[in-house]
Amino acid sequence: MSDIITLKGINKIYGTTVKTQVLYDVDLSFGEGTFSSIIGASGSGKSTLLNIIGTLDQPTSGEVSISGRNTREMDKNALAELRNRTIGFIFQFHYLLPEFTARENVLLPYRIHDVHPPKEARDWADELLNLVGLSKVANNRATNMSGGQQQRTAIARALVNRPRLILADEPTGNLDSDSTENIYDLLRNINARFGTTFIIVTHDQRIAEKTDRIVEVKDGKIHLDIIR
Amino acid sequence: MRLAFSIALRFLKSGKGQTLLIALGISVGVAVQVFIGSLIQGLQASLVNTTIGSSSQITIRSESDERTIPDWQRVVYEVKLASPDVRYVSPAISGSAFIEYEAGTEPILLRGFNLADSDPIYKYGAALYEGRLPERTDEVIIGRDLSEKTGIRPGDKAFILLPAGDAVRLTVSGLFDLNVQSLNRSWIITNLETAQNVLGLDKRVTTVEMQVATVFSADGMGARIAEVLSDEDLVVDNWKDLNRSLLSGLNGQSVSSLMIQVFVLIAVLLGIASVLAISVVQRSKQLGILKAMGIKDRDASLIFVFQGAMLGLLGGALGIGFGYGLLQMFTTFARNPDGTPVVPILINPGFIALSGLFALVSAMIASVIPARISSRLNPIEVIKNG
Repeated sequence: MSDIITLKGINKIYGTTVKTQVLYDVDLSFGEGTFSSIIGASGSGKSTLLNIIGTLDQPTSGEVSISGRNTREMDKNALAELRNRTIGFIFQFHYLLPEFTARENVLLPYRIHDVHPPKEARDWADELLNLVGLSKVANNRATNMSGGQQQRTAIARALVNRPRLILADEPTGNLDSDSTENIYDLLRNINARFGTTFIIVTHDQRIAEKTDRIVEVKDGKIHLDIIR
Repeated sequence: MRLAFSIALRFLKSGKGQTLLIALGISVGVAVQVFIGSLIQGLQASLVNTTIGSSSQITIRSESDERTIPDWQRVVYEVKLASPDVRYVSPAISGSAFIEYEAGTEPILLRGFNLADSDPIYKYGAALYEGRLPERTDEVIIGRDLSEKTGIRPGDKAFILLPAGDAVRLTVSGLFDLNVQSLNRSWIITNLETAQNVLGLDKRVTTVEMQVATVFSADGMGARIAEVLSDEDLVVDNWKDLNRSLLSGLNGQSVSSLMIQVFVLIAVLLGIASVLAISVVQRSKQLGILKAMGIKDRDASLIFVFQGAMLGLLGGALGIGFGYGLLQMFTTFARNPDGTPVVPILINPGFIALSGLFALVSAMIASVIPARISSRLNPIEVIKNG
């Protein structure tokens, strides 16, 4: 199994006058199609690590390779394109565009590289909405949906470009326990069906235990790395 | 259609109240611009027309001892050669004299014209309200005020005393009203031949007078005519040199009108900029996720440039409509007792289109600030704070 993500000697220091080091020499890689979690206390650096993996943040030193491509040599536009094509993001908050319907929100990442999605893409969006159980509210504005529905829309949105990697930062942090359960079943299902790699940041031990690999970050270092 | 455009359109449509409010703000600015601009232009055109529309705009006179032009036909020919912009040109004669009537004498100015050529300049044909134009020698027309003062009516004889002491009798064939009291009181108009006979000028004239198509270039044209004239004794006067204070007044008016328009434009610009900047902040989370999903900085800023352009277009169109309506209302309701508009408004489509274009351009300039904020927005900051 080849690695989709490889981190080598990642250090992250914030600030210029008062320097705060968040990550110390992190070496980490994730295999294609795996379902992993990153856990740690708040402030441990787990979100920073996820943002660096997702190219939203740059490490102070060290290298990030995604599908074998070193991101250090890429400019902002190339990184944007890489994110658009390869990575799907799910955040704690859904960040749907309230002016657009669920279906339109799902299609947005596709429209970033092709403003007029062909029929196949539209059908795929509908299939994804069906998959997350939202066919009935596909034409609702984002504001006319429940919290669980909004988050599931965000998941469908993350999948629309068939990314090889999904990065999820506390994806169920705002949801009740039933919805949380549903969402995890859904993510698992997608992982099994499409072979999408998942990296989920969470502070919830119970959720982490459902993943195949648990990476624990403590004080900016990899404290535990359990593959089950 | 770019994604940025469709997002911009959706942003505007979903905030209809806000969009309408900004568009109304822009439209008020454009309407004020169209209205004030047209008003000032109309005012100036009417002022210029009243001042020089019915008089000579370039006058050639002689500085020879006799103060007369012997070969005026040649001068007319040379003038036409020098500038195709000259619309009407006529030889003319001026001579001071007195008119004697029952109660006393009045100073007058005897003016002789080639009547057919000079009527387009002075428009005394249109100003004639009683009788007819002089047809035979010894026939003259006099102004309303002179007629009222002396009691001389069409068909009467006018007794003219010349400075040299001679006296002639001329028949009044009609009365004119040129709307200028000094002319109505002093001018006695006749044909060239009569004036030459009365003043003893033989075949000579005292001036060659003309009107030009573009009144504001009369000075340049005058200079060109002066170069062409072969008679060294001739000098060329133009209305601009003789009306310095009017010109500086017009200039001041133009500048103040421009200032008002510029400040209105700045107010519009700041209004749009601030509303759009707030809108960026309002939508920073959505922009952050769009960036995380791979929208490029350039497209993220284009969203706001498109919003600015659409607001400018909408506001500009509305503003032109309002401005035009305001002008129509002004010309319909603000009228003199005789039914003419208080200020004759000049509707200049080029100027109105330009006002609309300015609105569009300023709206786009205003969108630069929010566009930059949007471009610089770092998705991490937004997502972290959320």
